[in-house]
Amino acid sequence: MIGKLYRGGRKFVYEIDRLTRFSVKMVLSCFGRPIYLSETMEQMYLIGIGSLFLVVLTGIFAGQAMALQFSNELADFGSKNYLGRIMSLAILRELGPILTGLMVAARVAAGITAEIGSMKSSNQLDALLAFGVDPIRKLAAPRLLALVVMVPVLTIICDVIAIVGGWIIAIFLAHITSTTYLSAVNERLTFGNVFMGVLKPVVFALIIAFISCYKGFTTRGGTKGVGQSTTESVMISSISILIINFVLTKVVFSYLKGYL
Amino acid sequence: MIRFENVNFGYDERQVLHDVSFHIKPGESRIFLGPSGSGKSTILRLILGLDCPWSGQIYIDGENICGQKLKKLQQIRKRIGMVFQDGALFDSMTIGENVGYYLFEHTNMQEDEIEHEARRMLEFVDLDPDILDKLPEELSGGMRRRVAIARALLSTRPKIMLFDEPTTGLDPQSTQNVMNLIMKLRQEENIAVIIVTHQIADALKLADKFVVIQNGLVRFDGDMEELRTSTQPEVQGFLTPFRESINEVVKRDFV
Repeated sequence: MIGKLYRGGRKFVYEIDRLTRFSVKMVLSCFGRPIYLSETMEQMYLIGIGSLFLVVLTGIFAGQAMALQFSNELADFGSKNYLGRIMSLAILRELGPILTGLMVAARVAAGITAEIGSMKSSNQLDALLAFGVDPIRKLAAPRLLALVVMVPVLTIICDVIAIVGGWIIAIFLAHITSTTYLSAVNERLTFGNVFMGVLKPVVFALIIAFISCYKGFTTRGGTKGVGQSTTESVMISSISILIINFVLTKVVFSYLKGYL
Repeated sequence: MIRFENVNFGYDERQVLHDVSFHIKPGESRIFLGPSGSGKSTILRLILGLDCPWSGQIYIDGENICGQKLKKLQQIRKRIGMVFQDGALFDSMTIGENVGYYLFEHTNMQEDEIEHEARRMLEFVDLDPDILDKLPEELSGGMRRRVAIARALLSTRPKIMLFDEPTTGLDPQSTQNVMNLIMKLRQEENIAVIIVTHQIADALKLADKFVVIQNGLVRFDGDMEELRTSTQPEVQGFLTPFRESINEVVKRDFV
């Protein structure tokens, strides 16, 4: 039992070490030449436009459901006018980044790992090396850059859509005036909240990029291995996002409380 | 040209190569024979610097490639063409993009110039240049193998070509086509070929020097006659099923 735990622990530390080294390599690959601009633009399109529908759909229904829950609860205290404030806080700080992060992790991380993993198992990565091309620079760096740009953009879209979803509930079901709801939303659009709402998706983008590319590059065992890596990639990215979200929230509360 | 000195290598904790040493002189061609899983393909990966040995040294044109930085390795790799098992064509690219990949990546040539070069190279490997816009999945195994050869040739115009199981899984006609092409490379282009295969009958026609590898150990390194008359039990055991093919080739060469 203890031996098993020791081996498991050792393997975990080994994997973390490899992931860290790989992530550093990925970041360094974003600088210097050659720059794969067309690949980066293509990935931005695939990640951004490809995930847009999913993010919009998630944002609108999650926003509406939250607004419905909050408005009922706030009505008991006669504080329905605060709906906009609570919606703004919850969406900017938590719901927008988390939902977008998880949606992108599910959709994009799976795609990245499966694509790179298939290339690995059919020797295409070795072929790139044989042709004097660094596969990390060619495949991983454009995906990292695209995710770092597109996840915050998608999060902002998700935030706006969720707030609009709340607005629909506020107007038609909670019977709050549009001005009351929107001015309450505006009140909580402070630097701290917006900063937290943008910082989180950037960190989530890094997590998704590092884990999905690492899992793709370390795929072994043919088609079955690709499937396994893809599943692990989505699972680890999603769990990491939830854990890091808590850590970030704690850090921001500790150091930026005055701005919130 | 290529020298292995006491190379040991493995994956994770499993040792694949044990104290492997051999020397391939300029212009020489060599066939690595051995059963599946004996470590033949690993040798090609080590020559290309895709893996680093646990111990021992590997020299390409006098330069030690062990522990070299990626940039230096890329320069060394430019002298070598590699045809992977199953071709390893980039499946999201067309045949034209595959064949002209190196030129797209490393030169400032215009697209139409690259297409012209790709067509020329496809003709060289006896393929219809009109397949340029097709995807690799639309071609047969033998055609894919020939496209891979064209891609490797168009890259750096190498002086050494490495072939990993070039005829495995091909029908007799495609096998013959690929073998003819490899012979054409040797004779017309004066390219040294290093082939890894477990299909002895095909290999005998492609080179004059052979290395037999078994369980990661070099069991034999010599020419056809030495191979035929070898008394080593491991070599004999491996060659027994192919004895007839060997005698046929020897007889044909003699005649």
